[in-house]
Amino acid sequence: MLEAYAPILILAVVSAVAAAGMVIGSHFLGPIRPTPAKRGVYESGITPLGNARERFSVKFYMVAILFIVFDLETVFLIPWAVTFRALGVSGFVEMLIFIGVLLVGFVYVWKKGALQWE
Amino acid sequence: MSPTQPVSALGGIPFLVIMVVKVIVVFVSVITTVAFMTLLERWISAWIQDRLGPNRVGPKGLFQPLADGLKNFVKEETYPDQASRFYFVMAPMLSMIPAMITFAVIPFASPLPTPWGLVDMVVADLPIGILYILALTSLGVYGIVMAGWSSNNKYSLLGGMRASAQMVSYEVALGLALIPVFMLAGNVTLTGIISMQQQMHLWYAFPLGLAFFLFIVASFAECNRLPFDLPEAEQELVAGFHAEYSSMKFAMFMIAEYSNMLTASALMATLFLGGWDIPLWQGDNMWLGPAGIVGATPAWWKTLLTFGSFATKTAFFVFLFMWVRWTVPRFRYDQVMHLGWKVMLPTALAFIGLTGTSILVLDSLGVPYGLVYGLAMTAVNVVAMVAFFWILDRDRVIAGAEGYERRVRIAEAHARGMRVPPPVTQHAGD
Repeated sequence: MLEAYAPILILAVVSAVAAAGMVIGSHFLGPIRPTPAKRGVYESGITPLGNARERFSVKFYMVAILFIVFDLETVFLIPWAVTFRALGVSGFVEMLIFIGVLLVGFVYVWKKGALQWE
Repeated sequence: MSPTQPVSALGGIPFLVIMVVKVIVVFVSVITTVAFMTLLERWISAWIQDRLGPNRVGPKGLFQPLADGLKNFVKEETYPDQASRFYFVMAPMLSMIPAMITFAVIPFASPLPTPWGLVDMVVADLPIGILYILALTSLGVYGIVMAGWSSNNKYSLLGGMRASAQMVSYEVALGLALIPVFMLAGNVTLTGIISMQQQMHLWYAFPLGLAFFLFIVASFAECNRLPFDLPEAEQELVAGFHAEYSSMKFAMFMIAEYSNMLTASALMATLFLGGWDIPLWQGDNMWLGPAGIVGATPAWWKTLLTFGSFATKTAFFVFLFMWVRWTVPRFRYDQVMHLGWKVMLPTALAFIGLTGTSILVLDSLGVPYGLVYGLAMTAVNVVAMVAFFWILDRDRVIAGAEGYERRVRIAEAHARGMRVPPPVTQHAGD
């Protein structure tokens, strides 16, 4: 069974070598003549103020948490979907209950305004 | 006597040689196709905007990608002082490697008979099939976030954050749009899904049209292509997450973007348009499963023809990517999140319920899996699509800002007691 993954390994090695080759190759082929302007951070010509790594909107974290919930739901749905015919009506009803429980949470998140971007 | 067993059953040297040859051929083809897709994109852009595209390097500008590649290699690399050097160099590689190896599970032609046995025209027919693609496309976001964070540039950081939030949001919709396909095919391997479409004599774009539409939209968002190119919106973020990158490291992000586009196009063709299946012809209905070949007899000319079919369908979707770029304007960020979470996620869930109900009803009626089965589901699906686009939508999603403005004008007119809103006055600057 594992032999099916062998080509993936070869392809991954080939891609990694190609990617590393591009980075190393261009490092040696291209000139490196740094000036203060080139080594600075580009902010449309204005001298950058402070560090970029400051606080940013908490919305991004919320999206990440929601993503984990719903991506896991997708992962649970996949084995169910593949055996859908064998499970029949009872399997379908069970999955509808599962989706329903998650939908309650989804409606809560929606009403709380976590999906609201302005 | 033509062979009926796959080569892998023999093992040993022929298997190894064929495996390596397939890997090299596919890798080189993907790289070459990606290079020419950059040229194609510029030609199509030029054609749509009614101007001349690249036409200087070589005949009709055919050597343009070569010149671009060479130029990128010999350009100066810049490293911002404030950047984290290690992550800054790792990011383009992390972006490019998953993009290059995703194509491995997509079957591109019917099995090829050779003296050593049948060769499946796919680099790796994994038992987990499409889950491999879902896993690897999620990895792509690491490269982008790492690029945005390590550059230590405010534009890049914002681009990286936007990209991650957008990609994870649409990944949910992408995964959920695939569930109806698995339900109907009962299989997650791409060769199996193609075979099930051949057995139905109907491509899944018809019985699962709404899922197809959701999948296309989610793919555009996953590839960060217009109208979802918020992570690199030039007018707001200069170039987004790759603003600080130059020379080949910049080109690697482009290679990643274009090969993601290629894989997404091939995936759409495979899942919903029958992959390498040739329409209205039963001579190519074969499946090289674990138990050997099932269905029609393989032949080398069938392999060639089916590859042509696959390439045509994929090329159509590549063209669609470029066509949409010059047709649909960019969304605002709140519109992107709204569309992903409040429209596509509920629609995908509802469509799973609808597909499940229709499969169960058709099974209990004793309809065999085939054309009638597919047509019955197509009828249900047409009703669902009409409901989605016409009754539920009504300018809320598809029309974007224009529809929003129209609804605001109507609401204002109603508030003032008018039944019909006044016509829009054109400003001189419009």
